[in-house]
Amino acid sequence: MITTQRSMNGGGGGLQSPRSNPPNSSSPYLTVSVTDPAKMGNGVQAYISYKVITKTNFPEYQGPEKIVIRRYTDFVWLRDRLFEKYKGIFIPPLPEKSTVEKFRFSAEFIEMRRQALDTFVNRIALHHELQQSDDLRIFLEADEQTMERARSQETGYFKKKPSDLMQIFRDVQSKVSDVVLGKEKPVEETNPEYEKLKRYIFELEDHLGEAQKHAYRLVKRHRELGQSLAEFGKAIKLLGACEGDALGNAFSELGAKSEMLSIKLQREAHHLLMNFEEPLKDYVRAVQSIKGTIAERANAFRQQCELAETIKLKEIDLNKLRLIRSEKMLDAEHEYEELKADAEDATRRFETIVRLMNEEIVRFQDQKTQDMGLAFHEFAKGQARLSNGIADAWRSLLPKLESLSAS
Amino acid sequence: MEFENNQGALEEEESQMESLILNDNTNNGGDPLSNGHPLSPPAEIPTSHDHTVNDPLSMTSSPNPNSSFNSFLEPPSYADAVFRSFDDGHNSNNNKIVSTSSASATSSSASSSGEYLKISVTDPQKSQDVVGNSLVPGGGSYVTYLIATWTNLPEFNGTEFSVRRRFKDVVTLSDRLSEAYRGYFIPLRPDKSVVESQVMQKHEFVENRRVALEKYLRKLAEHPVIKRSEELRVFLQVQGKLPLVKTTDVASRMLDGAVKLPKQLFGESVVSAAVDPSEVVQPAKGGRDLLRLFKELRQSVTNDWGGAKPLVVEEDKEFLDKRKKLQDFETELTNVSQQCITLSEINDNFLVDSRLVPRELKKISSSLPKQARSAVVTNVECCAICLRIQYILETHCIIASSNKRRMDKLHEYLGVMLAVNNAYADRSNALLTVQTLLSELSNLNSRIEKLEAAASKIFGGDRSRVRKIEELKETMKVTEDAKSCAVKEYERIKENNKNELERLDKERHDDFFGMLKGFVVNQAGYAEKMASVWETVAKETSGYAKSS
Repeated sequence: MITTQRSMNGGGGGLQSPRSNPPNSSSPYLTVSVTDPAKMGNGVQAYISYKVITKTNFPEYQGPEKIVIRRYTDFVWLRDRLFEKYKGIFIPPLPEKSTVEKFRFSAEFIEMRRQALDTFVNRIALHHELQQSDDLRIFLEADEQTMERARSQETGYFKKKPSDLMQIFRDVQSKVSDVVLGKEKPVEETNPEYEKLKRYIFELEDHLGEAQKHAYRLVKRHRELGQSLAEFGKAIKLLGACEGDALGNAFSELGAKSEMLSIKLQREAHHLLMNFEEPLKDYVRAVQSIKGTIAERANAFRQQCELAETIKLKEIDLNKLRLIRSEKMLDAEHEYEELKADAEDATRRFETIVRLMNEEIVRFQDQKTQDMGLAFHEFAKGQARLSNGIADAWRSLLPKLESLSAS
Repeated sequence: MEFENNQGALEEEESQMESLILNDNTNNGGDPLSNGHPLSPPAEIPTSHDHTVNDPLSMTSSPNPNSSFNSFLEPPSYADAVFRSFDDGHNSNNNKIVSTSSASATSSSASSSGEYLKISVTDPQKSQDVVGNSLVPGGGSYVTYLIATWTNLPEFNGTEFSVRRRFKDVVTLSDRLSEAYRGYFIPLRPDKSVVESQVMQKHEFVENRRVALEKYLRKLAEHPVIKRSEELRVFLQVQGKLPLVKTTDVASRMLDGAVKLPKQLFGESVVSAAVDPSEVVQPAKGGRDLLRLFKELRQSVTNDWGGAKPLVVEEDKEFLDKRKKLQDFETELTNVSQQCITLSEINDNFLVDSRLVPRELKKISSSLPKQARSAVVTNVECCAICLRIQYILETHCIIASSNKRRMDKLHEYLGVMLAVNNAYADRSNALLTVQTLLSELSNLNSRIEKLEAAASKIFGGDRSRVRKIEELKETMKVTEDAKSCAVKEYERIKENNKNELERLDKERHDDFFGMLKGFVVNQAGYAEKMASVWETVAKETSGYAKSS
């Protein structure tokens, strides 16, 4: 079970990872855990490194267990590579970079990030396609130097292969020509089902954003309430002190209880943050990742269409050349064949994406239900726990009050 | 007490929720019969239930017509106690807070002798001032209120009567009371508001004032001494114009004083330079008492800065201690009061934000129709869950507002502290009068002695000197009388202070304990209720946890 693979710092109820097979079975398994955040370096260059522990029986991997040190940028590298290679699949999302300097090293932030990274890698490890990826293997096994080299290669525009660059130029070209020719609308699929899906995704993004905002506010309110209760408790204790006697005692007790409850509230606020708000944030990111895939699909579709058009034009040219029996005909035929091959590639790519996306949507829906359900369950559990704690606290105070008032 | 797991069907909870809200709303208006009981704050207190269980003997014999409700209800857990009695607590405003197991006679007249004095203030009406007294053109209109009384106190001739009074009359009543009952903790009247006549006419302003007047009169009716005062009786009962002496306007008093002043300052022979004994029982006021004011001011300066100690000082150490304690108490009370306000504000924010969560979750749970069936199931579940959460939040609202009302008692005590300060001021003033008179006496004495010494040296006596001595001796006698009056008054005020302090202590003890208990029971019951609903939700969603 995943829970046994979780890090020591993880605690219960973190971000939801997909299920996995128990490691003792003979069926293939690959489980990963991200643990032990440690601050490295100094000053501006400081960063956090994580220990990544892999347990597997995949044949491609070096051994049953491997431990490596990775940092956030390595995870980003992995994600980018997967995004490039596996178009059509919803790549699991990464936690955001921290925009505010001073929170980069706060304990809470580090813990949240660690959990999110753990979930990220595990989701990849459990995806039946993604787990086969070479890049994943490199990520999980390569020593630091290899990793660093790979990482620095991939950053920036220098990483793009010439064909990619050509593609970028062509994109720009077609966009420009579109505009010039007055074809403003980019070529899009007209699949009604797909339209519905896109609309759903965009709506979901909004709703999740709203829900996450509210969850955040809820956490904040819990904290505020806790703090206010603490101050209230202090004030009441002071009142008791100057009252004296039984009544003073009563006030003191009330104050003490208030302070105790304040602590409970703070704890619950933290629990809410981890188990309710974080999953929602995670899904917001997931939806954004899906949008990326949607963009890729649109790209692929456009490429296919463009190639189809180019082929048509080429055919016309070729026939012209055939008629006048020019020497250019052979070259033209070559180009034509090449174009046809490209077009087939493009079509295949597009169809792969479509097929994958359809599967992914189903998987996503299931997982969303699961994860949201769990988040909600944790929320309810936490609130029940809090309420019970509050009830007990007050109940225990009553007999004391009774005896004090009688005296 | 065992916790009754109140897991009804969703519909039952909803209807319960509705009835909770309904009852809360219908009982916020003033119920004229509700509040004669001196120990009762105008909020519901669920401990009436605990008392039927714990201490049936202490059940008050409050002549509250709705108290029969409680006898129909079984003694259950805290949770149920809180919520059922919400229904009834609101209806009946039943207010036996605390098991004052000896329905002590000092403050609860209701329970000991079955006496009551209930007052209601209603029906504000505009009225025009016929006599063109006001300086403001177009002004001269004012608002009168119908003040109705139900009582069986023997001082009143009758059991039910009503009069119309305006705010000025209330001011007069308050002034007369503070003169007649020096040393008592007299509740403070509502503020005069210095606003335009336009604002005075506005409904909201009038309504606020009406509520404040009702509260004030009811507090007066709760005070064991003042409720029997002639001033109050006259105010409540005598039809037509209020026959209490209005404070004479400053102008005439100024004139009066100015006329007498030259004589007082220069005419040593005027016997009326001495303070009239009957006036001694009042603090020095402006105008006529100008001279007296000067003397007392001089005395207080001497007390503070002069080398010699005054002849009589506040000796009662106990009093001094108590006063210090009360001052501390007031400081802390203010602090706590502030905290309560902050707490309820934050609580409100909390609720507002909590409400939005279920709505959002519902939206998220929506899915494309052709997707996995499990998703559709979630949708239905989600709705059920969201309804539950809404129920919880509604309940929370009710509790929060009841807590607010409970905390009002705390805020009210701040007002009481002001009354206490006034009473202490009375005492200081009286002491100052005594001190002034004493020093005057000693002054006169020394002058007489000097004159006698001088006169004795001249054979046959100095005619004028002897006459002088005679006059001085006369003055001294009058001043002696005045002094003994002042001393008597001072002692009287001291006694009043002491009694009032005891009464306040007792009341405060009872009030606060009641408040605390009510608060704690409330919170416990509510938390239990919340916990049970959340546990249900957790159970319903536990499917997700298991498969994880």
